[in-house]
Amino acid sequence: MVPLAPTTEVPLVEMRDISIAFGGIRAVDDASIDLYPGEVVALLGHNGAGKSTLIKILSGAYKRDSGAILVNGAEVAINSPRDAKQYGIETIYQTLALADNVDAAANLFLGRELMTSWGTLDDVAMEAEARKVMGRLNPRFQRFKDPVARLSGGQRQSVAIARAILFNARILIMDEPTAALGPQETAQVGELVKQLKSEGIGIFLISHDIHDVFDLADRVCVMKNGQVVGTAKTTDVTQDEVLGMIILGKCPPGAIPGPGAMKAAA
Amino acid sequence: MTDITTTPVDRARASELGPFARFLKATELDVRMLGMLAALAIIWVGLHFLSGGLFLTPRNLWNLSVQSASVAIMATGMVLVIVTRNIDLSVGSILGFSGMVMGVMQAQWLPQYLGIPLGSHWLWIIALCSGLIVGTAIGALQGYVIAYMGVPAFIVTLGGLLIWRGGAWWLTSGQTVAPMDETYRLMGGGPEGSIGATWSWIVAVIACLGVIWLLRSARTQRKRFHFPLRPVWAEVFLGAVACLVILGAVLVANSYGWPIGIVRRYAQENGITLPEGGLFIAHGIAIPVLMAVAVGIVMTFLTRRTRFGRYVFAIGGNPEAAALAGIATRWVTMKIFMLMGLLAAIGAAISSARLNASTNALGTLDELLVIAAAVIGGTSLAGGAGTVLGAMLGALLMQSLQSGMVLLGIDTPLQNIIVGFVLVLAVWLDTMYRKRV
Repeated sequence: MVPLAPTTEVPLVEMRDISIAFGGIRAVDDASIDLYPGEVVALLGHNGAGKSTLIKILSGAYKRDSGAILVNGAEVAINSPRDAKQYGIETIYQTLALADNVDAAANLFLGRELMTSWGTLDDVAMEAEARKVMGRLNPRFQRFKDPVARLSGGQRQSVAIARAILFNARILIMDEPTAALGPQETAQVGELVKQLKSEGIGIFLISHDIHDVFDLADRVCVMKNGQVVGTAKTTDVTQDEVLGMIILGKCPPGAIPGPGAMKAAA
Repeated sequence: MTDITTTPVDRARASELGPFARFLKATELDVRMLGMLAALAIIWVGLHFLSGGLFLTPRNLWNLSVQSASVAIMATGMVLVIVTRNIDLSVGSILGFSGMVMGVMQAQWLPQYLGIPLGSHWLWIIALCSGLIVGTAIGALQGYVIAYMGVPAFIVTLGGLLIWRGGAWWLTSGQTVAPMDETYRLMGGGPEGSIGATWSWIVAVIACLGVIWLLRSARTQRKRFHFPLRPVWAEVFLGAVACLVILGAVLVANSYGWPIGIVRRYAQENGITLPEGGLFIAHGIAIPVLMAVAVGIVMTFLTRRTRFGRYVFAIGGNPEAAALAGIATRWVTMKIFMLMGLLAAIGAAISSARLNASTNALGTLDELLVIAAAVIGGTSLAGGAGTVLGAMLGALLMQSLQSGMVLLGIDTPLQNIIVGFVLVLAVWLDTMYRKRV
């Protein structure tokens, strides 16, 4: 099922031995993870396992204490969200991170506004681009003049997704992208993930829903207490084995164990 | 994701709209703003009748415009402060301090230490510039402490309120500084500090052409991208109303003539013989009012058309999201307070020029008027919402109430009671309105 041979190719992004501590608590402890072009890697774990924190380090929201981030094999400095975006790393946050009081176009271009030759905001051009990308994601969307606070949950979600794909992302981070959605909208996100994957974009998917994960992801990476329990191709492990990784930290034979794997399985 | 429910609902709503709602949709006018204009109209007409026809006279309206200028200028900056969920309690004291700096510079320091003769143009230019720099620097200092050191704006500016008021006192040991330079005084209004009938009409015509140009260019832009357009009648209606308001305001300013004494002196100085029945010389638009309008235009431009303005509102709506989008939120916050300091200094120039003196009480309690003006003008204390025009109208509304009550001969304590009451009432109405939308 996995079309790629990861060992022969340079990973799109690689996080090596990443650690970060908040007030003495090691939220992420020596975690390593990689992602290849056109691949979906799911990050799994309990609340507080460190998956969101790890991913926020990649998106530039947090600064790591130690470890390295490599994009296309070269080490890069990611110290702010702006840095991450320069390397084509886009994030759809669980909270969506939309500026609620401005309209969809302003949100899509927030921090990267299109300007006229006079140095002023080119709202018309931004709206035109917004109409294009929203037309692709959500053809019925018409409320370009309303602040996004007035939009429905699904509409807000599509604005957040549109913002992530608007600037030709190469690495997409989706933090619980379907948490606030109904079944039909969830299915649409699934379709979108498949489409982006076929375009060669690498996707980190954080999810609680193990069925979703087995539908969409090529590999899973399970975290527990800030450490990586193990990484496995979804074809090599069963859902029960993955649950065992999440709950007990027990690494099954089909997975490559990480530092967080339960030692000496009894 | 496709949202099946909302689109049909919208369409259904569009066909059910009444004539007034259809009018609003076509003109894209803000209901809140219309509500405020209605409130202002009611207050004006009410005061006019209560005062026995004294309120809606050219003289009173002209004075009202001059009295509102300083607070209106500061309110435009307070909008940005409040939009980002901050507050600035120190604007009155910054006004006092930078006003004192301007006064002392032109009346004492520059003539005494630098030997610039009284009457030299450099006097008011240097004094004004140093006042503006001092105001901006105070804002920068407070903004730095708020944005980078993480002390809440309420505390920093509460400290500023005491510090700069005390500083103003300390500069001259509490003495009042007077008189001001003659050119400097033009910023305070009065017969000389107005631009006269001819220039007022020229300004009006330029303003009308500007309005038409803005409407036209917005329309051609939208056409270029094939966006939905406003109906032509709505565009014409908006343009016509704006032009009528401009021309009407200038007509009022031009109907207010100089007082007889000043006309007589002016005639003597210029060797004009006074004709029978007196000579009518119109005030025209006052210079402080022109300054306020200019500030309003610049601030509107800043909030609507620049990155800075966009970021201010984005931060106000969701600070975390703004930071994740790569906006330097702290630097933006600091810039807002710098701008607020600069605007307070402009207010100081107008107030001290109008008073023809710098006193250490200049601008006392102005912070409350400025905050009230911004809030009455629709700036939400929860952050994220507010307009420059609304805040300026809010300042005008507050000033209308105050000078109206003076006309009616209401005692000062009762005036304060009424102003306080109106503030709470206005915010309550606004809260109700927002809940319904």
